[in-house]
This record gives sequence, C-alpha cells and structure tokens, in this order.
Amino acid sequence: MASFERTFALHVPSSTENLSMIRDFVRNIGTQSGMRDLEVARLEMAVDEACSNVMEHAYSSDSTKEVSIRAIVDERAVQIVVVDTGKGFDPAAVEQKKLEDLISAKRTGGLGMRLIKSFMDEVHYAMVPGVKNELTMVKKLRPRD
Amino acid sequence: MANPFSIHKSTEQDLSVLALEGYLDAHTAPEFEKAVQTEFEAGRVKLVIECSRLTYISSAGLGVFMSFIDEIREAGGDIKICALAPKVFQVFDILGFFALFDIVSDLPEAIRRFRDVPVKET
Repeated sequence: MASFERTFALHVPSSTENLSMIRDFVRNIGTQSGMRDLEVARLEMAVDEACSNVMEHAYSSDSTKEVSIRAIVDERAVQIVVVDTGKGFDPAAVEQKKLEDLISAKRTGGLGMRLIKSFMDEVHYAMVPGVKNELTMVKKLRPRD
Repeated sequence: MANPFSIHKSTEQDLSVLALEGYLDAHTAPEFEKAVQTEFEAGRVKLVIECSRLTYISSAGLGVFMSFIDEIREAGGDIKICALAPKVFQVFDILGFFALFDIVSDLPEAIRRFRDVPVKET
C-alpha cells in the first residue's frame, strides 16, 4: 500500500470563544480520516481539553497570544500537536486524584488531562516554558468492519 | 454567530429544571455556573439538569456539577442529571460521575428519583 501523509494547521487567538472553531477543525480531520463517530468525538474532546489548558493556564487567558493546532494524518493514525509559547507545566505533576477527592477539595484540575489520556492512544510532551511547548496526541486509525 | 449555549429554566413541583442546549465548554461554562448559583442562592436546591439538547460537554462544564454538589446536598437538595446523548454520556461515564451523581434516562425518571432518593448516598 502506498503511504501518504497530510498535514493541516489552524492558528487561533488564545480565547475560549475559539474552542468551537478548534473542535470543528478537529472533527473534520477525524471524519475525513474515516474514524467512527464516537472516535471523532473523543479526538475532538481531547484537543478541546488540551487547548483549554493552554488558554487558561499556559497563557493565563491572554487573548493576544496564539494557540496552534497541527494535524498530521497518515494511513495509520491521526496525530494532533498543540503548540504554545506560554508557561508550560509539568505533566507528571498532574495528579490523578479520585473524583470524590476533587469534589471535597473544590478542585476540578486534572479532569481534562484524565480525559486526554483516556481518549487518546498516545500522549507526549515537549516543554520549554516560555519558548515552545508541544503536546502531541495520537489516535490510531482502525479499519472499519 | 448563533448563541452556542442556552439554558431553559422551568419548574416541576418543587424542582427546578435547567434544560441545557448547545455546547458546554470552557467558554460557556460560566453561564451554567451562574444559573446554578442563582438557584442555590434562592434556596432552590432540588435541581434537574436536562441534557437532551446538550451536544457537547468538556471538563469545564463537568466542573460546575462538581463545584456545587456538596453545598447543595448539605442544604438538603441534590442535582439529578437526565437525558444524556451518547457522546455526552461517555464523558460522564469515563470520569466516574455515575458513582457520585444520580444520572437517569429522562425528566419523568429524574422527578421520580427525587421522590424515591432525595439525596444520593455516595
């Protein structure tokens, strides 16, 4: 089988009002790649969570900053890379607390990362805070029945 | 741009029903939070969140449920969630919300649930 690779990119101001545009972009990528509806929904949500984290935490809701989303599609997988130049964070420091503990502590932090890890097949980080932070998420393509 | 998210409020007996429509993400979650806060401050602590027209929810939206549930239960009320579409259902499921929240099939079931189990035991 001949291999192919296509790359798509979206750059948006770091404002949560652009999350729906990001989800539309990712949904189209997933659908065109032949993913099932539920898989597309998972991809869409993982990227939304990643971008929300960047907007709210890496950039502290500064809408003059930019969030970049790059999608690389080949016959085996969809790879999404979310790029920012903000503060970055240590993914290892994000504790996987139980839901009831988060409720008791009045904290909701870490839920987004939990969803990303649940929904994606691979998650990688390359962080140089203030310079360039990249969160790479991979969703493998499975042949349809 | 069309309003991406709206909340339709109604009452059923002594229950407040907030029917969500559209998408609930980091951008629209503050509107939902404000609506729940308004009910809580008015002493209306028996809330049904009807989700049949909710097309999307992210952790920001889920965080609203989490941030109010303890106070609402301490005040003798509860949040019952109903009519989740499959795409939204899977998110509640993966994060373990079913263990901590009453999540039922539709509005009549949510009303019955309030009668049978006013506050979910967790």
